[in-house]
Amino acid sequence: MPAPQTADEIVADKFLEVRAKLLEIAATLDRVDRASADSSLSDEAAHRRDALQKGIEIIASEGSDRAARLQMLYSREYQPGWRETFGMKSS
Amino acid sequence: MDYIDPHIHMVSRTTDDYATLARMGCVAMSEPAFWAGYDRGSVDGFRDYFRQLTETEPARAAQYGIQHYTWLCINAKEAENVELSREVIKMIPEFLQRPNVLGIGEIGLNKNTKNEATIFAEHVDLAVTHQELILIHTPHLEDKYQGTRMILDMLCDDSRVTPDRVLVDHVEEHTIKEVLDRGFWAGMTLYPVTKCTPQRAVDMIEMTGGERLMANSAGDWGPSKPTAVPDLIFEMRRRGLSESLIKKVVYDNPLEFFGKSKRFKFQPRQ
Repeated sequence: MPAPQTADEIVADKFLEVRAKLLEIAATLDRVDRASADSSLSDEAAHRRDALQKGIEIIASEGSDRAARLQMLYSREYQPGWRETFGMKSS
Repeated sequence: MDYIDPHIHMVSRTTDDYATLARMGCVAMSEPAFWAGYDRGSVDGFRDYFRQLTETEPARAAQYGIQHYTWLCINAKEAENVELSREVIKMIPEFLQRPNVLGIGEIGLNKNTKNEATIFAEHVDLAVTHQELILIHTPHLEDKYQGTRMILDMLCDDSRVTPDRVLVDHVEEHTIKEVLDRGFWAGMTLYPVTKCTPQRAVDMIEMTGGERLMANSAGDWGPSKPTAVPDLIFEMRRRGLSESLIKKVVYDNPLEFFGKSKRFKFQPRQ
């Protein structure tokens, strides 16, 4: 089902809001860089910083499923054999 | 517009919130049993909580013309205590015939552990044995996808479960399709940080068409907004979506799903 708003209308409607969110991301990453100038990130923080970078790459990519792909990036993997791991039987 | 909030934890809200919800058009709500902010120590703690859900909250809601329904369970977070969980599950039938009880919920997973999965399966057994509806909690953040898949595995493997009698809540962009494709109802929880904004929820409505889909506020102890469903209505109107589609998501769909419970006696506003 197409949205009643046209693409032009959505861009016009959302430009300032998205611009503000992008600035927030940019400023946060700048803050991280300033704070880590004198000491490197811990492994955990570096892993999270890397996850943010991968998220930014998804946002910059083509396609109409960016939100779902971003969600999957930040999701634990599904293990089809989880029942065997837990020693549980199927009904 | 009259609307129904299908998932809101009014035990954690003030009476002022009931008044605000009524002014915003809320005519009915359903309140799943959940975590109290601390782990309860005994089955009697849950017995008292179920009295609150079946006696106190309906009376508070009625003061503002809101019809209050509820769901009973021990939530996934406390399901790590298997012994207590089994005592609670054994006690739940004492309350199943109370007039505002719609079924068993919100059951599900939290950190996707073996104990949580065990107690989830035992709740499902309780629900199907008593022919009750089921309301499902799916985990948050990085655990959501894995946990949702595990929950769907367990539900779909149990031939006694009718997907049309199960509402899977807190769906997001990466879980909504599988829930709907497998024939379940889906709920989107409008929650500022860990779940979904009204804008993203409307995106999902546009992409799925709104069939078997609802929206709720959660309205719990955390940073949440009990009037989030009116925010969704406002966003749908702002985008030019039809009044019939808005009504379907916030009123008709909850009525149809809840109507599968014999105890749902909703009286529309005249």
